[in-house]
Amino acid sequence: MPVTEIDSHQIHVDDEGFLTEYDEWDENLAVVLANRIGIELTDAHWRVIRFLRDDYRTQGDTATTRRVQAVGGVPVKEQFALFPKKPAKRMAYIAGLPKPHGCV
Amino acid sequence: MTTTEIHPAIVPNFDEETGGGRKLAIICSKGNLDMAYPGLVLANAALGEGVDTHMFFTFWGFDMITKSRMDHLQFSPAGNTAMHMPIGDAHLPQALAPLPGMTAMATRMLKKSIADLGVPEVPEFLDQIVAAGGHLWACRMSADMNHLVEADLRDDVEGIISASDFIEKTEGAQLLFI
Repeated sequence: MPVTEIDSHQIHVDDEGFLTEYDEWDENLAVVLANRIGIELTDAHWRVIRFLRDDYRTQGDTATTRRVQAVGGVPVKEQFALFPKKPAKRMAYIAGLPKPHGCV
Repeated sequence: MTTTEIHPAIVPNFDEETGGGRKLAIICSKGNLDMAYPGLVLANAALGEGVDTHMFFTFWGFDMITKSRMDHLQFSPAGNTAMHMPIGDAHLPQALAPLPGMTAMATRMLKKSIADLGVPEVPEFLDQIVAAGGHLWACRMSADMNHLVEADLRDDVEGIISASDFIEKTEGAQLLFI
């Protein structure tokens, strides 16, 4: 598993750059990760990111866009507006989580 | 203690255009509950990957977008030799499949299995697909055969169009027929 340095943190990532260690993430790092993929985090983004973090802790898997709507209360349309084109992957990346495994 | 090798930062490329804007056309021709889902799951997945996705509802697939029918899609084990019983791995004997009540029971079972995965029912799934930017089109011939007009269909169906229109709209798309 490659180790990379972001914002003077050493973090473990997979081959695509997704963080692999839940506890190596913090909110400052999220800001840096978001900037790297062209996203400026607003309160609306944070609502999603914090839901993903909490949900992963209890479920052990990254929430899909469906789950972010059904359980997290953020409509799919809004997710696409906040995290364009590939919302599930962008959200997971910024939240320091693996890509979702679920199909829906 | 060994020193850890630090790799340069790896940043996923979420903006990458594969083949200059990928496009997917899905033709949904089946109205059985089990056959409604493959198209929905794939359309949803494609949209989540930034793929421009168009769905065309034709023949029995028309039920998926018809207001009076979309909530009542059913699943029958008749003719489906892969139908398993809920306990163990036993097949349902085909001789039992046409018995009264069997379709209702199988439909309930399938709906429960799907709901248990957090996957929505067909109308709500189409809501999500449209929210994600998917396009829904209705087949002109199917509408005429069933004597249905736009008012009979989901409001987010963009139009009742001919097969040629759909082919034209999906130029360059990858195509799935279900």
